[in-house]
Amino acid sequence: MEVKNLTTSFFTDDGIIPAVDHVSFHINKGEILGVVGESGCGKSVTSLSIMGLVPNPPGKIISGEILLNGEDLTKLPEKRMRQIRGNDVAMIFQEPMTSLNPVYTIGNQLVEAIRLHQKMDKKQARNRAIEIMKHVGLPRAEELIDDYPHQLSGGMRQRVMIAMAMVCEPKLLIADEPTTALDVTIQAQILRLMKKLNENDQTAIMLITHDLGVVAEVCERVVVMYAGKIVEEGDVESIYEHPKHPYTIGLIKSVPDVHMKIDKLYSIPGNVPKPGSIKQGCAFAARCEFATNRCFTETPPLLDMGHGKSVRCFLHETVEDVSYSV
Amino acid sequence: MSDTLLEVKNLRKHFPIKGGIIGKQVGAVKAVDGVSFLIKKGETLGLVGESGCGKSTTGRLLMRLLEPTEGQIYFEDQEITNLSRKEMKSLRREMQMIFQDPFASLNPRHTVERILSEPLIVQGMGRAEDRKQKVREMLEVVGLSSYHAKRYPHQFSGGQRQRIGIARALMTRPKLIVADEPVSALDVSIQSQVLNLLQELQKEFDLTYLFIAHDLGVVRHISDRVGVMYLGHLVELTESERLYEQPLHPYTKALLSAVPIADPKAARNEQEILTGDIPSPSNPPKGCPFHTRCPKAMDICQSQSPDFQEVEPAHYVACHLYHDGKLHV
Repeated sequence: MEVKNLTTSFFTDDGIIPAVDHVSFHINKGEILGVVGESGCGKSVTSLSIMGLVPNPPGKIISGEILLNGEDLTKLPEKRMRQIRGNDVAMIFQEPMTSLNPVYTIGNQLVEAIRLHQKMDKKQARNRAIEIMKHVGLPRAEELIDDYPHQLSGGMRQRVMIAMAMVCEPKLLIADEPTTALDVTIQAQILRLMKKLNENDQTAIMLITHDLGVVAEVCERVVVMYAGKIVEEGDVESIYEHPKHPYTIGLIKSVPDVHMKIDKLYSIPGNVPKPGSIKQGCAFAARCEFATNRCFTETPPLLDMGHGKSVRCFLHETVEDVSYSV
Repeated sequence: MSDTLLEVKNLRKHFPIKGGIIGKQVGAVKAVDGVSFLIKKGETLGLVGESGCGKSTTGRLLMRLLEPTEGQIYFEDQEITNLSRKEMKSLRREMQMIFQDPFASLNPRHTVERILSEPLIVQGMGRAEDRKQKVREMLEVVGLSSYHAKRYPHQFSGGQRQRIGIARALMTRPKLIVADEPVSALDVSIQSQVLNLLQELQKEFDLTYLFIAHDLGVVRHISDRVGVMYLGHLVELTESERLYEQPLHPYTKALLSAVPIADPKAARNEQEILTGDIPSPSNPPKGCPFHTRCPKAMDICQSQSPDFQEVEPAHYVACHLYHDGKLHV
């Protein structure tokens, strides 16, 4: 899948706010891409845009293309989009309680999802549901299938959500903060499951999170977003070992480490800007210790650093080791 | 005077579950089930655990915001478990709380000035003029500006609101601050600002913290000693360095290995991923509360609850594997 120049804006009383601003990236077949950023950086709106689920009004995709196997998702009619959702791209959300319907049993909801996309009678669908539930590691699937969501724990609900998303064996799974609401020991279980699905079924995963630890654990490539723009992109190791953008550097330094004690934690001064409040210049300039006058007036372009890496910062314009890819 | 600021002994809180038409008690949620520890003056004691382990309830019990079912609480060597509301009110001058949600814990209809002077009014401290002055001083202390006093909470970002919450807790110049997940609602870059602020304030005002959080990295960073809770029990308590480097309790080990490390090259020990979920505190397992998920569970664990004992100097563990400071396998 490839996203090209995507801009999604929200039309509010205070004017047009670009929540996602000319974002381009791609996800290869069978890889896990991490999208990191703080609240309000546009990472969730990006995923909703891909799914065609941006609430309209007030939101609208202004420009750009989302190409899935050559098909531009932004131009498809709703009917075709429905087929793609679930069949090709599926999504799981942060809050597993609110995304399941409390008045239907787990089985009911899974069977509904299966029969929407595949021609099966109820009995076949139910067997298939049990099979998927076992696949995502739910114990006692035959009994659980008749339980209601409130009877399950948070981790089990998230497994049900994943089961539902995996019904049609999608090529791409978008996971929007899938483990944020869960405890660490349960988070570890869910991350391991997602990795297993990725390896066994070749499902590409776009993992949206604010937790740099989670990204380091499971992702191969990372996109760092700030105020609606991509500020850095690269493979996991180079981003963590040699972060280039001052924001990425600050973000990595401000996470307290479980395995090392430091006296004073680094912190990025200031606050995350409100979406739409920055009219010109680099969105990070006001918080950046390297900012020059130019940063406040000119928007830096996304510089290609070679080897699939790119960074949006003037600092790296003159760096010598830049090797442009042909 | 001893250097102990606060001590709790065998603290229990059971919330009754009522059922049937006459509302008879049919069971109890054992949120905190026999917890003992002490907090020394000037230190930060961290409490970690997963949701439902009773760490927040413990914090509230210390403040007497909840009435303990059993056990004693001592503040500066004085037992406060049975103090009247009135006596407790004046004691709260010495102990204040910071809450998790900076959006819900500030009254949206009050200005910052009103929010910050309220503790002083309640405690009958200072005249109106002095209070105004104090509010302005305190705003500067927590990194805001005095002109913020006239604003309302919605005009601030999450990090700034948490600063207001901290300022409010400091207004009465308390000795003990119970901070219940003070940074978990904040973004990473803001979280580190608030953690640094808490550490600076500790030095400046000679504060003692009980720091409750689920994030193990955050707790390690800020705490001198750390207690790990599971299902209403303290399972391990020691200096933070030792807890993170040489954890003894199987639950602590599993918890630490489950934390994702923000370093893709980190030498990763074979992860011990716990299976299953936390049992319900209304129906906790017999014996050791952790035996249902414990990779090292023995027969004795199913029947007998382990004592919370000192296995090394200043290292307390509740586990049958350790006895007289030795590992029994």
